[in-house]
Amino acid sequence: MALSAFDFEQPVIDLENELKALQELNPPPDNLAEQVSALRERIERTRREIYDNLSAWQILQIARHQARPRALDYVRRIFTDWTELHGDRAYGDDHACIAGFALLDEQPVCLIGQQKGLDVRDNAYRNYGMMHPEGYRKALRVMRLAEKFGRPVICLLDTAGAFPGVGAEERGQAEAIARNILEMSTLRTPVICIVIGEGGSGGALGIGVGNRVLMQQYAFYSLISPEGCASILWRDAKFAPEAARALKFTARDLKELGVIDEIIPEPEGGAHRDANMAARLVGQAIRGHLAQLRAMSIDEIVEDRFQKFRRIGQWEEIETAP
Amino acid sequence: MTWFRKRKFTTLRPPSQRSRIPEGMWLKCSNCLEIITNKDWEENLKVCPRCGHHERIGARERIRQLVDPGSFEEYDAGLVSTDPLQFVDLKPYREHIEESRRKSGENDAIVCGMGRIETMPLSLGVMEFAFRGGSMGSVVGEKVARTLERGLEHRVPVLIVCASGGARMQEGILSLMQLAKTSALIARLGQAGLPYFVLLTHPSYAGIMASFGSLGDVILAEPEALIGFAGPRVIEQTIKQILPPGFQKSEFVQEHGFVDLVLPRKELRPTLARLMRFFGSEPATASETRPAETERASENSARIIESFGP
Ligand SMILES: [Zn+2]
Repeated sequence: MALSAFDFEQPVIDLENELKALQELNPPPDNLAEQVSALRERIERTRREIYDNLSAWQILQIARHQARPRALDYVRRIFTDWTELHGDRAYGDDHACIAGFALLDEQPVCLIGQQKGLDVRDNAYRNYGMMHPEGYRKALRVMRLAEKFGRPVICLLDTAGAFPGVGAEERGQAEAIARNILEMSTLRTPVICIVIGEGGSGGALGIGVGNRVLMQQYAFYSLISPEGCASILWRDAKFAPEAARALKFTARDLKELGVIDEIIPEPEGGAHRDANMAARLVGQAIRGHLAQLRAMSIDEIVEDRFQKFRRIGQWEEIETAP
Repeated sequence: MTWFRKRKFTTLRPPSQRSRIPEGMWLKCSNCLEIITNKDWEENLKVCPRCGHHERIGARERIRQLVDPGSFEEYDAGLVSTDPLQFVDLKPYREHIEESRRKSGENDAIVCGMGRIETMPLSLGVMEFAFRGGSMGSVVGEKVARTLERGLEHRVPVLIVCASGGARMQEGILSLMQLAKTSALIARLGQAGLPYFVLLTHPSYAGIMASFGSLGDVILAEPEALIGFAGPRVIEQTIKQILPPGFQKSEFVQEHGFVDLVLPRKELRPTLARLMRFFGSEPATASETRPAETERASENSARIIESFGP
């Protein structure tokens, strides 16, 4: 798949073009090798500088990159014996949601994910990773199955949000998400949630109540899309980059706010530059946290998850008139 | 957070203005234009006797309508936002908050406490739409959580009255996490065998509906309230179609299986009392409601009525 470059990478692209021109010089200059290595170093330095100072808006572009690895890309690279289960046993099968079991180092685990499409056609099938109520209910059914057989649950979050449509409303989109959030808070098995791209509001949280909530370095997790936020609060969607900054939705922000537990590093330039490396890093994080959680009793695990969310929020208490 | 077309017949005047109109004055129904005396209007709980239009009422007025006179004791009134993201849109969030506090007379978008319905105690929280569209940030989330915890502590039912456009954008991800905080406590209330009631009023959308608004053991709604996850405008933009008639109104939501009872305002209190009895609440005997307590409570409610002004 073509790796289209981001606007903000332009300085790197310019240098790369310069390098290409240099290498094509005829006759080559005497100190070609020297010049090439100097230029290569400059390219690396420039890239690092850009990636060390990404704005929230730029991170969002990486998170939404069409070639970014999707849930199934991680499933296939990290786990074996992936067996997908289908349907909510009530209405239908939501292709935006994948749910099933697989092995992680020979240990059975439950996997739930939001699956975005790989291309236009696949996106039509996957509904751009935007779930309907039946998707949330399928996820809950499979999580209950994991609980029943004492298997840990691993959720991969990647959605712009729950689908806003007539059918979704008629079938209780809000109830489906609320129910999942409630039930996940009581699941008697370890739950690890990882934001691997877009963490789109309640649609993401509907499979996002975990003992550990992790985020990839260039993922984002937000109450509302910056475009939506800008069109309401700035009354103009073109202020989306401002809204992106104001919403504080990057992994670093969420770590500071105490909402996530760990930032999983990505290959330089983003997970799409090296899916194998990205998957190795995600797998490593899952193994580490799973080992910690497996050392706890089930009661401790349930209490740990409850306390994690009970604590989140900031306010102050002022004196009120007697 | 979702947003709404201004409905033709909805007035957004704060309730305080209404209550200042002297008795005997005439009012016009904002829906059918029927002329009603102020006395009839108040006695009918601000529902038009001719067309049944339910005028929006504030949290304090709702509490007066639902619980026994003088029985409400407020908790957590002093919780205020700290602007955790230091959010600035067209102006700083702190200024939005100050403005809302001035205009609504409340510190945030919910009023919580303990009260009694037909002498049976309950823990309740009533959302105030006049405060930033009833949006839920850290303060609303924490107050709902504490309201549920008071239910657990005193082993009484919990009622939340919803009126909200969703989560508060200016507190970003922290607002979103309140969905998890509140829902987890509803699970605990259920495990303790205590009932959780929800009353949905116009409008009830998004974040609150993807959490405590949808999780009632019994869910009541006022007639014609708009209830849903995504706002109508967002859906229209997504599907590029006109929405079906009555879409997201209480009656529509009930027909689709997500609301138990759509009730006119006058029936809310007796119905809640009946439900509380079904689920184990017992009316207090005369000796149980001590005079001292009653006195203190009525002082409290007088204070509340005073603070009701702008
Ligand atoms: Zn009328």
